[in-house]
Amino acid sequence: MTERYLPTAAPPEQPARLVDDFTPTLLDVGEHSLCPGCGEPIAMRAILEAIESLDAVQRAIGVFGIGCYTAFSNNLDVEVLQALHGRAPSLATGVKRAKPNTLVLTVQGDGDMVNEGLQEVLHTAARGERVTCFMLDNGVFGETGGHMTATTALGQRTKNTLDGRDAEQHGFPIRVSTLIAELEGAAYVARGAVNNAGNVARTKKMIRRALEVQELGLGFSFVEILTMCPTGWFVDTPEAPDYLTSTLAPVHAPGVLKDVGAKT
Amino acid sequence: MTVTTSPQLREGSEAIADAMVAAGCRFFSGYPMTPFTEVLEHMAAKLPGVGGTCMNAESELEAVGMAWGAAATGTPSATGSTGQGLSLMQESLAELCYARIPLVVLNMARAQGDYWQATRGPGHGDARIPVLAPMDVPEATELTQLAFHLAAKWRSPILLFGDYYLAHTASSVSVAPHDYGAAPADDWSLDGSTSGSGRARLLSPLGTTKRNERGGYDLAQHYTNCAEHTDAMLAGIEPMIETAYTDDADVLVVAFGTPAKYVRAAVTRLRADGARIGFVRPITLLPFPSEALARAVGGARVVAVYENNTGQMVDDVRLAVAGRVPVEFIGRLSLDGSGFGIAPDLDSGYLRDRILEVLG
Repeated sequence: MTERYLPTAAPPEQPARLVDDFTPTLLDVGEHSLCPGCGEPIAMRAILEAIESLDAVQRAIGVFGIGCYTAFSNNLDVEVLQALHGRAPSLATGVKRAKPNTLVLTVQGDGDMVNEGLQEVLHTAARGERVTCFMLDNGVFGETGGHMTATTALGQRTKNTLDGRDAEQHGFPIRVSTLIAELEGAAYVARGAVNNAGNVARTKKMIRRALEVQELGLGFSFVEILTMCPTGWFVDTPEAPDYLTSTLAPVHAPGVLKDVGAKT
Repeated sequence: MTVTTSPQLREGSEAIADAMVAAGCRFFSGYPMTPFTEVLEHMAAKLPGVGGTCMNAESELEAVGMAWGAAATGTPSATGSTGQGLSLMQESLAELCYARIPLVVLNMARAQGDYWQATRGPGHGDARIPVLAPMDVPEATELTQLAFHLAAKWRSPILLFGDYYLAHTASSVSVAPHDYGAAPADDWSLDGSTSGSGRARLLSPLGTTKRNERGGYDLAQHYTNCAEHTDAMLAGIEPMIETAYTDDADVLVVAFGTPAKYVRAAVTRLRADGARIGFVRPITLLPFPSEALARAVGGARVVAVYENNTGQMVDDVRLAVAGRVPVEFIGRLSLDGSGFGIAPDLDSGYLRDRILEVLG
């Protein structure tokens, strides 16, 4: 049986060596300050690689919300407009309307998008704004230390739902991708996850397609990305991918919800 | 629709809209609220004709957000509301200061209860926003253009403080573009072109330091830089003031905005009757023309302040006078049951009586 943990009782016999530099080209500094096991850097890498693959780098502007992922807002070789918590879609709207030739994307979390600024993304989608919103959904306010958001699953323990989210007291989770898919202005809506290699590969395709839909001018595009937050979930780091599968994914099921431009 | 620059009868809302277009404004966003609504209507009609965009936002939060995004691309932009809507915008207005993004913001106010909101804001933190308060439509068209100039020069939000009278009074005005000289070089706005260059631009209220330079955001340093910029801006904008009959005045009456026009009429009548009375009108509410006001006090024995509120600017007048002479508040809350702050408040007979009480 393979050891799940690296032995830490004694220093390793061989010093660590760099096998390859996996730093995405559009990232300034490879190291980051997010927790071990966090899913957000994986999602961020997928977004950056998609921008590069579209040959749209010199038209790309990222609009960032406020959350743990904001650690990347000053660490990209992509122009970044930092927004207030919840307000990225309206800023993205202003950018795109003023400079229609740009590729405009937002990076927000579930707390940012679904709690603080839900009406922003709904109206932006309904207007069919030619922007792409990415929501990194871990079902908690990670940056404050693991508090309930609007996407927290029923039964999920957070710092302010210690006995688990209870529908009677805390209400039901909001499936924001499902809401957005109902709006005529939304051209592409998908929900991915980064808790295993297969899901990462599928999510990368979703991200790329969402940006393509913007480039094609088909309407608003949206990808929700389920990410691990072992710190905010109070689970051991190696357990987090499975916790995502057992807790978040049953509520927020991965898959493409809408693609109006898809060839039939 | 084309914009006519020759003199013609224009409602204040339209004159302000024309002045914005003349100043180069190409993005406007708003949410209807009286008496701001008509400015939004005029911008919606005028901007497409000059290649601009007017957005009907789903609330004032998004109105300021959209304008923030457009302004971030270097597009001269504006938004606005009345006091209540401005309250919703305060968080963004503060962050626009920290991100150093130019934006013109209109407060088509209801009476004058938003003086503190305008001059003590915006919102949280240590930011300040310069405030211009026109008295009538011709002055509003000039100050609107000045607001765009100052916004670009200082990379800051600039507030234009109007009211219901200003929005709805028609005057014959010409709105010709004013030449303020070359705009400062734009080395900050976003269009995507620096992405992938190794030095992609960052426009953030948290600072502009990238992680590959000195380790990234340092909020203490950034807020210190912002405070220094605010000081330089408020020192660099020349305070504007109108004075009349101050040389030998025994009593000085201070007012701003539309009510100042009625106060000035009352003072003029009293002068004609032989009263030694002077008039002062701050035009920039921030920076407040403290030094000019203190000089205007001269040998006056009392200063009286009229505002359509419970006494807000009177604080700034007291600070300017610094205890040299008593400062009395002779204003009152608007009597208008509709809440829009219109007649019967501004009655020159009433104003004259109030001033006579101070004259003794």
